[in-house]
Amino acid sequence: MTPAVRSEWRKVTTTNLWWVLALVMFAYTAFLGAVMGFSLAQQPEAATGGMGDSALSGREVAQSVYTLGASLGYVFPLVAGALAMTSEFRHQTITPTLLFEPRRSVVLAAKLVVNLALGLVYGVIGTLGAIAGGAPVLAGLGDGMHLGDGEVLGNVAFSVLALAIWAVIGVGLGTLLPNQVAAIVVILAFTQFVEPILRIGFAAVDALSGLARFFPGAAAEALVGSSLYSTTGMLDLLGRWEGAAVLLAYAVVFALVGRFTTLRRDVT
Amino acid sequence: MTRERTTVVGSTIEINGLSKSFGAVRAVDDLSLTIRPGVVTGFLGPNGAGKTTTLRMLLGLVAADSGSATIDGRPYAELASPAAVVGAALEAASFHPGRTALDHLRVHAPMVGVPDAACSRVLAQVGLADAARRKVGGFSLGMRQRLGLATTLLGDPGVLVLDEPANGLDPEGIVWLRGFLRHLAHEQGRTVLVSSHVLGEVQATVDDVVVIARGRLVHESPLSDLVAMAAAQVRVSTPDTDGFVRLVTEQGWDFSEISGGLLISGASPAQVGAAAHAAHLELHGLAGEGMALEDVFLKLTDPARAQVPA
Ligand SMILES: Nc1ncnc2c1ncn2[C@@H]1O[C@H](COP(=O)(O)OP(=O)(O)OP(=O)(O)O)[C@@H](O)[C@H]1O
Ligand SMILES: [Mg+2]
Repeated sequence: MTPAVRSEWRKVTTTNLWWVLALVMFAYTAFLGAVMGFSLAQQPEAATGGMGDSALSGREVAQSVYTLGASLGYVFPLVAGALAMTSEFRHQTITPTLLFEPRRSVVLAAKLVVNLALGLVYGVIGTLGAIAGGAPVLAGLGDGMHLGDGEVLGNVAFSVLALAIWAVIGVGLGTLLPNQVAAIVVILAFTQFVEPILRIGFAAVDALSGLARFFPGAAAEALVGSSLYSTTGMLDLLGRWEGAAVLLAYAVVFALVGRFTTLRRDVT
Repeated sequence: MTRERTTVVGSTIEINGLSKSFGAVRAVDDLSLTIRPGVVTGFLGPNGAGKTTTLRMLLGLVAADSGSATIDGRPYAELASPAAVVGAALEAASFHPGRTALDHLRVHAPMVGVPDAACSRVLAQVGLADAARRKVGGFSLGMRQRLGLATTLLGDPGVLVLDEPANGLDPEGIVWLRGFLRHLAHEQGRTVLVSSHVLGEVQATVDDVVVIARGRLVHESPLSDLVAMAAAQVRVSTPDTDGFVRLVTEQGWDFSEISGGLLISGASPAQVGAAAHAAHLELHGLAGEGMALEDVFLKLTDPARAQVPA
């Protein structure tokens, strides 16, 4: 197992993708942090669209802003994880990979482990980005950075963890859908379009409203404990550890299904 | 960890009753072969004959419908450290274009427990030392073939399985590859299996030949026997064609009728002359006719051509 993990780690670090994604993620979350910090610090009512409780406390604003990486930037680790598998099929490197390690479950497990570690890196980068962009704005316009607040820092830590799990889900998804273009289209469509719409749609129908909590994005927000959506009071979330369990269940189910479909087939 | 190898003894590859269909296409059909160490074996067959499919089954990448393929008595996937036993490069060797040649090897090095120095060493062995830090995306086909070969050498395996390794190599590269493979087999005792769809390409390299067509074995022998078959065609002129047909059939030789006689293959002029004499058959002319080795190959792989007199 250890050699396979080292091999997978080297696959990641010997191409440019990981740091390009990390750089873009940092810029993206820093930008969002600044923009959201600006709007929430100045006029909290406007940002809630008037649907939630009147005003957010300074702490709540900090919690929402610093975890923006997890609420809006999770597509980066998700894509990185998926590409770890799809690029093997796209460039046919799956052939040498399986020649050096014919045990396909070991290859998959090594990718899951490496991408959990890589996901932590994205988690740190994405969360630091949101803090780097948001904290100065909150300090200047709001009631302070709240970076010494244990509860805020707790959310920040869970945001890192949630982003790491997204990378693992990505590996499972890439195994399930080894066609790179298909995997990316599904990821973008689902995260940017399908889930947000379904969540709002489900929330409007009583019989379905409970189900929306089990969407992966909603489960991740539950894990983080505070988010843009939940602080606005628009949606109902699971408990923190239930959210973590649901998120991990997606990763496990995708990986297992991928193991018994894609990774069972002939490699020609 | 560096491996000190005083005597390398390759393992024997055994293929037994191997079959594989892709939908209606029977790619490999009840194939049985033995590949021995210490020699270079050519695995020949026209396009689509089933060479790559056979090798992929041997390497555990494609599941066989039936039959078995083993190295040293064990399936590839069950070898403890497979890449240290078998080095394989398959057709259209596959690399990530954004990775350098050295990094491509470094990715796999942990699997065979070798340090970066070993990666540089195998690159130098295949003549890619200067390109070590260049991205593979910019490599020519011949350079990719060399990198594929370097990858097979990483674990210092006793068995090498190379699918069309000469594809894309320049004449100088082909000569180099020939010497290299013969060295690995003859001096070091490794098992070397090389596939090709052109006999001429490997003729000067291989000691043994295995020929398949439409997934089936059509010939397996030392190259010298194939060469002998090329020479063994005898043109017989005789007024007694029927007598000769009977004789040749009794002897079990292949033949085709031509005007004024027969064209016999599988026997030398001396053998035919002696048999005719013993059978008291009238013989007007007897001539050995050379057939190009490539024609023998074509004849073996495409029975339709066997009807066409040379
Ligand atoms: N994945 C696949 N799906 C469907 N048919 C396949 C697949 N792989 C191989 N075949 C078929 O199996 C047969 C054998 O193919 P194979 O690639 O083994 O031949 P080959 O001897 O390596 O040919 P070449 O000299 O062109 O490389 C061909 O008819 C091919 O079309
Ligand atoms: Mg082939």
